[in-house]
Amino acid sequence: MDAIDATNLSKSFGTVTAVDDVSITIPEGGIFGFLGPNGAGKTTTIRMLTGVLIPDAGSVRIFGTDVGKDPLAAKLKMGVIPENGTVYSDLTAEQNIILTAKFYGMDRTRREERAGEILARLGLTSRQNDVVRTFSKGMRQRISIACAIVHSPPLLILDEPTTGLDVYSRRLVIDTIRHMNREGSTVLLTTHNIEEANALCSMISVINNGKIVATASPEKLKKTFDTSRYVEISFDQPVGPALFSAPGITRAEPWGDKWRVYSDDPDLAVKYLASVAERDQLTIISIATSNPTLEEAFVKLTGGA
Amino acid sequence: MDWKIFTRSILVITEKNVRIYYFKGPVIIFGLLFPLIMFLTFFIGRSLDLVLFFPGFLGMMLFFTASSVGPLITPWEKREKTYERLLSLPVILESVIIGDLLGGALFGILITTIVFCICAWLLHLTVMNAGLLAFSFILGSIAFAALGTLLSSPSTENPSNIMMLSSLVRLPLIFVSGIFIPLGQLTGWIYILTSLSPLTYLVDLFHAALNGDAVYPPWVDVLVIVAVILIFVLCAKGIQKRNLVKGI
Ligand SMILES: Nc1ncnc2c1ncn2[C@@H]1O[C@H](COP(=O)(O)OP(=O)(O)OP(=O)(O)O)[C@@H](O)[C@H]1O
Ligand SMILES: [Mg+2]
Repeated sequence: MDAIDATNLSKSFGTVTAVDDVSITIPEGGIFGFLGPNGAGKTTTIRMLTGVLIPDAGSVRIFGTDVGKDPLAAKLKMGVIPENGTVYSDLTAEQNIILTAKFYGMDRTRREERAGEILARLGLTSRQNDVVRTFSKGMRQRISIACAIVHSPPLLILDEPTTGLDVYSRRLVIDTIRHMNREGSTVLLTTHNIEEANALCSMISVINNGKIVATASPEKLKKTFDTSRYVEISFDQPVGPALFSAPGITRAEPWGDKWRVYSDDPDLAVKYLASVAERDQLTIISIATSNPTLEEAFVKLTGGA
Repeated sequence: MDWKIFTRSILVITEKNVRIYYFKGPVIIFGLLFPLIMFLTFFIGRSLDLVLFFPGFLGMMLFFTASSVGPLITPWEKREKTYERLLSLPVILESVIIGDLLGGALFGILITTIVFCICAWLLHLTVMNAGLLAFSFILGSIAFAALGTLLSSPSTENPSNIMMLSSLVRLPLIFVSGIFIPLGQLTGWIYILTSLSPLTYLVDLFHAALNGDAVYPPWVDVLVIVAVILIFVLCAKGIQKRNLVKGI
């Protein structure tokens, strides 16, 4: 059964169409990434998936349960971190986790056991009895994730779980996401960190202007946009653009102390560059061919430069 | 709908409210101090007829206590960004509304009972119908906690806007509720205004329970208050649902 099955979701705010007829199917088991520029509609989509925003049109099923028709049962299957969402700052770390566990009907021993386990995993054991008001942003975010996973949800939905975190907190959060996934949770997350999405996600959907413009695995996405291959080369002396006008080279531009030479066939370009260096008695200081990056695919898809 | 999960969500939200918003030193102290000051200004140094005015005082006190904190909870949680997380837990709007209402009602019942006991002991009050009195405490607390929840519903991230709205609605009510002038002595348009205020019926119920000098039969008072509770809750639901559609 699919973890998420959303069909034809739409949402407008006044004249702004935030989400425009989006359908998403997320099979059970993977880590699914949602990428898109600011204002693309990621948060709006997630809010509709988690039942906190009523869609103008469309429906959402979480493991077969309709969020609009049976919100309580659907929400029981999810753990959610809303964008900028926080826990209660007047309660301690442990109280927050235990209160959340009560909503899911966990009994007392299970609640306490689980709270201890999660606090340790997220490196917060020494602060468990401090009120959250006194916590740093990273620690608060870790408590948010602690609350989201307390009931080992079959589905974890995280809107920018790592934004604004230092390396240490980020690693803890990412490790926790991986751990939960290994333990059987399907994960949907958004991030602006493309490297993170590349490293974490088994599938990625790119959303732009309220529409999904591509859905594929990170490697497939890179392959699809494998057009702007280039060679980066630097010589021991300055050279002009004229050097790079040759068949097969689409364009060349200065790039720091190097040149970026774009070509449909980088292997051929390397051979050509080696031969001109020999001809003009230039010494090649460095040369490297690019690998397609997810970032490029992203920029292409979302219409950036 | 699964009633077990629904009931649980209401109870946990009530617990959250009591712990975070009500069970606080300043809130409880102010909750007790306010009626005391009211009482002193009301009765001390004046030869007011206790029998005639005590029910009004009690009604006013319960009204203010039960509706004091409720209007602030949702705006506060929206500003603190805990509201959205709450909604993504296994709860529905009704759980939030009823949970907020119950927090206010418990607070109202607790404070009113304490203050009433102190007054009864100091003034050697007699109670005609203790059962009816206890029932009115509960019913009245629910009604005005429901008003508090309704006042918390308009979308704003600034709790002080709601403070203003709340004072604007609550203060005038005490002047048209048969507190300062007993209901039986009112005539004309004042009487009409007064019969539109839900607090009037609670005060009348207190008259029935304490002295037996009510204007309406108790069942009329109860019926009106129950209707008012339903109206408050349904309006709160309507407004909050609209916020959920507008995404605010
Ligand atoms: N409650 C709201 N009222 C009005 N407009 C809204 C509301 N929520 C979102 N929008 C608009 O909808 C569009 C999509 O916003 P959304 O928050 O979904 O983007 P996002 O992809 O999450 O962006 P970001 O990466 O910046 O978080 C934006 O144009 C935004 O201004
Ligand atoms: Mg967002």
